[in-house]
Formats: sequence, C-alpha cells, structure tokens
Amino acid sequence: MSEILQAAHLNKYFYEPEAFQVLHDISFSVDKGEFVTMVGKSGSGKSTLLYLISTLDTDYEGTIIINNIRVTGQSQNALSKFRNENIGFVFQFHFLLPEFSAIENVMLPALKLGKYSRDKIENLAMEKLRQMDMHSFAQKPSGKLSGGQQQRVAIARALINDPLIIMADEPTGNLDSSNSKIVFDIFQDLSKNKGNTIIAVTHDTDFARRADRIIELVDGRLAHT
Amino acid sequence: MLGVTFGIAMFILMISFMQGVNQFLEDTMLSATPDIHIYNDVSTDFSVSVAGDYFKDSLKSVIVHHPKPKQVQLNIKNAEGIIADLKKDPLVAAVSPLLSTQVFYNYGPVQLNGFIDGVNISEESRLFNLEEKMVDGKTENLLTSDNGIIMGQGLADKLNVRTGDLVTLTTPTGSTMRFRVVGIFQIGIGTIDNVKSYVNLASVQQLLGKDRSYITDINIKLKDNKLSQSEALAFARKYNYKSEDWETANSSVMASNLIRDTLTYVVSITLLIVAGFGIYNIMNMTIASKLKDIAILKAQGFARRDIIQIFLSQSLVIGLLGAVTGLMLGFALSYALSRTPFPANNSFISLKYFPVIFRTGHYVFGILFGLITTFIAGLMPSVKASRVDPVAILRG
Repeated sequence: MSEILQAAHLNKYFYEPEAFQVLHDISFSVDKGEFVTMVGKSGSGKSTLLYLISTLDTDYEGTIIINNIRVTGQSQNALSKFRNENIGFVFQFHFLLPEFSAIENVMLPALKLGKYSRDKIENLAMEKLRQMDMHSFAQKPSGKLSGGQQQRVAIARALINDPLIIMADEPTGNLDSSNSKIVFDIFQDLSKNKGNTIIAVTHDTDFARRADRIIELVDGRLAHT
Repeated sequence: MLGVTFGIAMFILMISFMQGVNQFLEDTMLSATPDIHIYNDVSTDFSVSVAGDYFKDSLKSVIVHHPKPKQVQLNIKNAEGIIADLKKDPLVAAVSPLLSTQVFYNYGPVQLNGFIDGVNISEESRLFNLEEKMVDGKTENLLTSDNGIIMGQGLADKLNVRTGDLVTLTTPTGSTMRFRVVGIFQIGIGTIDNVKSYVNLASVQQLLGKDRSYITDINIKLKDNKLSQSEALAFARKYNYKSEDWETANSSVMASNLIRDTLTYVVSITLLIVAGFGIYNIMNMTIASKLKDIAILKAQGFARRDIIQIFLSQSLVIGLLGAVTGLMLGFALSYALSRTPFPANNSFISLKYFPVIFRTGHYVFGILFGLITTFIAGLMPSVKASRVDPVAILRG
C-alpha cells in the first residue's frame, strides 16, 4: 500500500505560559485506506499532533508530506486551499454553523472549492447525507438536531470534497455509546469499503482498539506503532 | 444600523436646511445687488498739483500740506455707448442705467434721509424682478405718471404715506421736488426697504440739474451669475470704471455661507464617525460570538480573504441599509421642515416656511459617505476575525 502521509522528526514547543516541549521527535506514516487512531493521556500531545498533520498548526520543526506534497513551509493561503481539497474534519463538538440547514453546512466546503455547480453540489451533499442516513433532516436548521445527528452531518461535510484524509478529533467524545457505535461503524465503512484514510484522536479505548492501527503517545513521544 | 440611519438622516436634514438658508440669503442678496455694478469710484488724485506751475521756479521745492480734493464729476462718461456695447455682449441678460442721489424725504413735519434711484423702471424690473416685490401698485405706474415715486415699505410706513400721497424730496444741494407715491415695494432687507425709492431717471436728472446723459451707475444682470467675478474684471479693464461683482459686494454673506457649509460637514462627519464606531462595536461583538464558526470555516479551507469578505459584506449590508433608510428619514425630516411655517415676527423677512432645498448631490454624498464609514468600521474587525487561530479555538 502507498503511503499517504509521512511525518518526520516532528518537534513542537509551547511558549505560553512557559516554554515546554510537547512533541519529541515524532516520525510515522499512514497508508492509504488505513483507519488509524491516536491515543494517549490528556496532555500527551495527541491533539497537538493531529493539528500539525492537518496543516492547521504550522509552528513546528520537522517535515510533513501528504500525498507526496510537502506541506511544511507553505503559505497560509496555499494551506487553506490544500485543506479544502484534501482534508475533511470532524470535531468533538460537531461545529456546524447553527444558522444554516444541515445540507447547507455540508455544501459549504464544496461551494468554497468551486469545482462543481451549485445544483451538482446540492445533489452530492444529499448523497453524502443519505450515506449517513441523515437525508430526511437535510432542510432542518443544524442547531435543532441532536448531538449524534449533528456529528453525522459533520462527517457528511467532511466527505463532501472527497478528501484524501479524514481527521477526527475526539469524534465520539461528546456522544453516548449508541451514537458512538454509529459513528465508529461509519468510519469503519468509509475505510474498509470506500477507501478513505482516517486518522482519529480518541480517549475511547474501545473505539481505538477496533481500528486498524493504534498510535500511542506518552508525554509527547511515540510509545507504540 | 440605527446609528448610520440617524447619522445620515441628520446629515441630509442639516445640509438641506443650511443650503436652503444659503440659497435664501443669496436670493435676497441678489434681489438687492446686481450681478455686476459699474460705477465711477471717487478717488482723489493728489499727485498732480498746480503749485509747481504757480511758483515756476524749478529750484524751489514746494510742499503742499493737506490739499483739498478737487471737484469731481461722479458720472460715467459715454454711458450710452457703454450701455449699447454691454447690450451686445452675449453673456449679459439685462442692463439698467442708474442715477442715484441722497435725499431728504419730507412729509408734513417728518423729515427722513435716504436715497433715490433714478432708473428706467422696465430695465430695473428685469434685473430685480420688481413686479414680484410690489406690495401696492405696479411698476408701470412710474412710466405713466409724471413725477411718480415707488417707495420702500419701511420708508412708507415711517412717513405714513400711501399710494396717491405727495412727498417732497430735498437733495443735499438744496433743490426740492414733489413726487406722488404710485407704488410700494418690499425686498425683504430692512436697510433697503427703509431708505430707498425708485423714480424715473429723468426726474433725478432734473432734480440734480444735470443733463439727460448724466448717469452714475450701470447695473448688469448676467445670464449666469457664477461668471460675475471674471466678467467684472473684464468690464473694468474694458471701460476703465470700477466694476464690482455681487460676490465681492457681499463678501460677508458669502463668508457666512462658507462657515455654515463647513459647520454642516463637520457635524455630519462627526455623526457618521460615531455611527461608524457603533458598527465597529457591533462587528467586534459578532465576531467574538462567532469565533467557533470562524475556526471551523478556516479548518475547512476558507482563507483569510474569505473570512474578511464574509464579515465585511455583513457590515456593508448594515451600512447600505442604514444609509438608505437614513436618506428616506432625512428626506422626510427635511420635507417636514420645509412645510413648517417660519415664525416671522417682523414683516421684513419675506419667509413663509423654513428654507430647505432638495438636491440629489447631497443624497449621493450621504450614501457614499455612509458606505465608506461602514467599510472602514467593518474592515478592522474583519481583519481581526481573519487572524483568528483555528487551533486555539478548536482545542477549546
């Protein structure tokens, strides 16, 4: 299998409130279609690592290569465009825009990308919502949906531009066990059957254990790959 | 948004009212001042003296202390030629020759000083629209009657004369003549209505004992009074007489117009800047409450430009809505003011309603300025929003 993400010798420091090294010389790679979870105690640096490889945080040492493109050192605008095309995000607190309907939330990244017409995007978004079994709620304001429903809409949004990698930060952290199971099943389906690469940060050991691979961080160092 | 609305409404109201006042004053002024006034300015020339001729000795140095001015003729020589020439000028709308003199008005025991203008009344009417200013009688009455006089309202009140009464006029040189009041006018400026009368040109020439060509002043109305200043200069050079345009003659009024305009703009701009700060605050609060949304948009690949665009368009929409409602409110208020009766406690001010003018330019300026203010007020918070670090927000 081809490597989709390569991280080499990542070091990351926090300067506030005092200088502190969060990540120590981290190197790892992820294959295409792999479902990887990152685990570790609170403060172990797993979320920090996720934000580095997702290109949101650019203040680090080392290099990150995604899909054979070196993203380290690129400009903010270039990275914005790169994220828009290649990375889908799912967060712990769903982070939908509450003023918009579910389908509008899903359409937003695609409208930004501007690859298709509005009608085409609407069809695509509907398709993604159907995949999440959320199509009957498409026109509802996203603020009126339950937590599990919102998270499924958020996953649909992460998929809209057919990204190379889906990055998830505690995707089940805010959900009950039945909704967690639904989210996990969706991820597993995406990785097994649709060929999506998924990197998820989680506290949930159950969730982590069932993934293809676990990356464990202890005090900012890789413990086990 | 209400801040912009009121700011712009007040701007429209103030500018319309102030410009209305300016226009009113200018109109009043122009009803008493010709566009260009050509006259023979008395300037006593002491550089030439007969003393040298008298002593005939070139070695002697003669100093003349306190010389007396020589007798000068105040009239414009070749007045008829000048008038005929002026009438050919394509820029000139009307020309009125004038002979003015100081007089005492005698009516019974009352004696008032003032002055009379000997005019060709039909020409003078074309300059100052005298027909509209007649309170009693008609301007033509002057032509049909022998020794008629049209008096200022204030003067007639003081003398307590009506049309048909006879008044005696005495000149500074002592000659007297009796005139019959055939009309009463009111220009709306006390200093004129209280002292001035119109009579036929020939009557004044007769009163002063001068010939038929004796004229002291020429009043000119131009087709476009904005050209007065340059034309006045040209006439002065051409005819070699003092030639004064209305703006120079009324420079104090023009100065106060300028001050009113400046005041209006200063107050309006202050109002709009305050409104701008209102928008600035609103946008800052909006952005503070939307930090999470900004972070998620950035994570999804929205660049800084996109974020700026989103918030800037919001503030511009606020600005546009505020400006449009402001213009409507401003128009409504100025219209209401223009229909408010002017509390005239004396009859010298010929105003029925508050003077207000409606000019498209003010409205265009209002909307432009509203948009510019909101653009600047929205830009700073938008740039701030675009700088939000998504990592810091998303980590919570």
